[in-house]
Amino acid sequence: MIKLENISFDHCIKCTVCTIYCPVARVTHLFPGPKQSGPDAERLRIKNPGLVDESLKYCTNCKRCEIACPSDVRIADIIQDAKWKYVKKGFFRPRDFFMSRTDLAGSLGTIFSPLANFLFSFFPVKILMDLFLKIPYKRSYPAYERGTFRRKFKKLAARQKTFEKKAVYFHGCYVNYNNHSLGTDLVRVMNAMGVGVELVREKCCGVPLIANGYLEKAKKNALFNISSLSGAAAGKGLKIISTSSSCTYALKHEYSHLLDMDNTGIYNSIEYVTKFIFDRFEEGARPPLRPVSIRAAYHSPCHLERLGGVMYTIDLLKKIPGLDLIILHSECCGISGTYGFKREYYQISQDVGYQLFRRIEEADPEIVITDCETCRMQIEMNTKYRVMHPVSVLAMALGDER
Amino acid sequence: MERYETQAVVIGGGATGAGTLRDLSLRGIKSILIEKDDIASGTTGRNHGLLHSGARYAVKDLESARECISENRILKKIARHCIEDTGGLFVTLPEDDPVYHNELLEGCKISDINAREISIKEALRLEPNLNHNILSAIWVPDGTIDPFRLAASNILDAKEHGAGILTHTMVTGLELKSGGNIVRAADEKGNQIEIRCDLVINAAGVWGQHVCSLGGIELKMFPSKGSMLIIDYRINNIVVNRCRKPSDGDIIVPGDTVSLIGTTSREIDYSRIEELRVDDDEIDVLLEDGEKLIPNVSKTRALRAYCGVRPLVAISGETMGRNISRGIVLIDHSERDGAEGLITIAGGKLMTYRLMAEMTADLACSKLGTGGRCRTAKTPLPGSEKKISERKNVRAFTGISQSVVGSTLYRHGLRVQDILKRDKKNYRLICECEMVTEGEAEYAIKKLDVKNIIDLRRRTRIGMGPCQGELCAYRSAGLFADFGIYRPEKSIELLYNFLEERWKGIKPVLWGDGLRESEFTYWIYEGLLGIGEIKFDDDPGDGDGV
Repeated sequence: MIKLENISFDHCIKCTVCTIYCPVARVTHLFPGPKQSGPDAERLRIKNPGLVDESLKYCTNCKRCEIACPSDVRIADIIQDAKWKYVKKGFFRPRDFFMSRTDLAGSLGTIFSPLANFLFSFFPVKILMDLFLKIPYKRSYPAYERGTFRRKFKKLAARQKTFEKKAVYFHGCYVNYNNHSLGTDLVRVMNAMGVGVELVREKCCGVPLIANGYLEKAKKNALFNISSLSGAAAGKGLKIISTSSSCTYALKHEYSHLLDMDNTGIYNSIEYVTKFIFDRFEEGARPPLRPVSIRAAYHSPCHLERLGGVMYTIDLLKKIPGLDLIILHSECCGISGTYGFKREYYQISQDVGYQLFRRIEEADPEIVITDCETCRMQIEMNTKYRVMHPVSVLAMALGDER
Repeated sequence: MERYETQAVVIGGGATGAGTLRDLSLRGIKSILIEKDDIASGTTGRNHGLLHSGARYAVKDLESARECISENRILKKIARHCIEDTGGLFVTLPEDDPVYHNELLEGCKISDINAREISIKEALRLEPNLNHNILSAIWVPDGTIDPFRLAASNILDAKEHGAGILTHTMVTGLELKSGGNIVRAADEKGNQIEIRCDLVINAAGVWGQHVCSLGGIELKMFPSKGSMLIIDYRINNIVVNRCRKPSDGDIIVPGDTVSLIGTTSREIDYSRIEELRVDDDEIDVLLEDGEKLIPNVSKTRALRAYCGVRPLVAISGETMGRNISRGIVLIDHSERDGAEGLITIAGGKLMTYRLMAEMTADLACSKLGTGGRCRTAKTPLPGSEKKISERKNVRAFTGISQSVVGSTLYRHGLRVQDILKRDKKNYRLICECEMVTEGEAEYAIKKLDVKNIIDLRRRTRIGMGPCQGELCAYRSAGLFADFGIYRPEKSIELLYNFLEERWKGIKPVLWGDGLRESEFTYWIYEGLLGIGEIKFDDDPGDGDGV
């Protein structure tokens, strides 16, 4: 049965441009493409929920189909929705359970970080994980930091109070557990623009939970985040910024589209960080920047493209003096969060990313810049280049002064 | 000139003709069916596909109601793959006369229809998109039936019992004389055919008037046009009827992947039955009244509108569309007109096609003095022999996507075994809207008397989805050449005709997303492929076989 409000699939005119743009359909015949899995199959699923295809599982939810669609069909949402509404789920899936709870894994990982990092890169352990958890041994894992970003932030918190203008920072799991320097870079950049950073209580945004089918848990997290963030946003009129393109997309769109949550209270306040910086620069709060003299290639993450944020990032990068910027052809890197960490999808994930890796190597930059943490993992694993977040590059241009 | 000899000739390939052919074949009577167009291309294929419970007739026409419910029970057993047992509702809206509700319940009780009043809450649970302001609801054992599949299965079974069938063949002359009737006909290529037979059965529906006139007999039909509107997808999973006296726009039927809003009723002149079109005000009526049953239905995409002609026979003086009895009319012309070898079966409904066939075959047998008892009430149609388990079949065809297996199974029942073989090309998709594979198209073209893409559509649903042939049309056109049925040039002509036929039904509802889709289709076929520039060979004898 279909609710008559939710009928974007009805607008599909079968032009098939989404399937042309689908990075997965390009590399494997196992996935028939977004048109057939989304709007076409939706009609059949409405008729009979039993007509659901297992091939839905190959969708990475990169949302490139939605960018391509001229008819505004929410193709990826339809597929995600169908995937978890109809496809049978196993009773307990240990791998997916831990992989989707990035905050739980992160809390443990940061406590035992030296041991965890050693184990996760120790070949025999990887073989065992491949055998028992179906996590491909060829995959390298992100290292855990010692302690959390939130703890580190406590030292910076006092200074933040001195700023008149403030913004709430949704740091997400990656900054909290795996990359503190991105968080501190963000704080430096914000402070340099005259903006103080506030943290509120937050849980994982829910992207990995949605990708692994734990929708109820994702809803709980969404509810927690919405109420926590709306206190700051609605109450004080602050912007909520994030350095993760996927977290931003989830907070802004997937909460309402996929999880049926009411996020109107925070919708207008959420901004991806480069948009916020762009606006501050426009207002004249542009700190003095020193030339960085770096040759960099910029890769635009799929979710940032869907969010419409790529132009702000590029604009920001262009304002950094001495940055020799190559903008790479828009390609999906293939990792798609937890997708590339699963044995059954590993090869597809690598095949999808191949074009991107090749283009990066042809460009031969000194560093690669990208907004997304998992794109970073994928590129670092498959090329020899160091990957940086645009905010960190900007922080580099600020120099060392405190 | 081709000559055949047989016991009975059935004229008309609608449900009644197909049913009669099957009934005769099961009784061992040699028969041939002649159809001027395709199986189920007339009235049979142009209705809303409702498996009546009889409740619609229970207030005014108890005889029809009883016939419907008894056939309803039979068809659910013998034609499983043509039927979906959805159940139905009769809902009373605030502006409707509440008395009808009780009359309906009473009528159903008398006619032995298992109807029961249910709470509004229960009705909304069964059908969440229903108008929330309904005053009362009655559940009835309505369902849906696919007339194309029903007629084609009857033909298939008849053929497997030795019957012959000639589609796209027009009867041009009837010579009725005792001791041997002659039916003359011509096919599309102009080949003349002559069939010598003991008995001619006129099952041509509304065209029966013309058939009779060929034999010099007068039979007056009162054609009544009914128009329907198809919605892109299933907005309801259960038949929704309006609980009031039969009127325009009082039913929404879920049929396969779509929903239909039906129907209007307009008297038309017999001379116009070949040039039927849906009027704009009919569409307005259907959308307005549909909206009252299921709010927002008018905001969904309308795929097409079409109309059919009810074959109402005038026996006495009545001339009004809804007031003429829709009952079965079986005429033995030997009594009425002194024509020994002619029977006409007319009137009735899709629902009662089997009963009509049984009555006709009974009369035919008594006239021929041979044949056994009717077996069609017990013998399942090909594909419906056993209860169909979707899960079992999906498991049997691992590796083929569930939507393909499920859709093929839904359309062909157990014959799915002949279609989805372990050959990759068998499950290459031709139609992505309705999941029609190359294997299914091949089966239909080779086994189910398909002569062109329009026929193929009736057997498989090619081109019946939201794209209305945008992507499947050229793929299926190519298949006719691939299978060696026609030369490639002829395939292009088939493609052209198919697009024209689709276009006819789209024109009345050309707005919104449907309009965008049509523009895109036009761009592909005219802009990209230049189909309008192709000149087709007019010589009819030149286009066929390789």
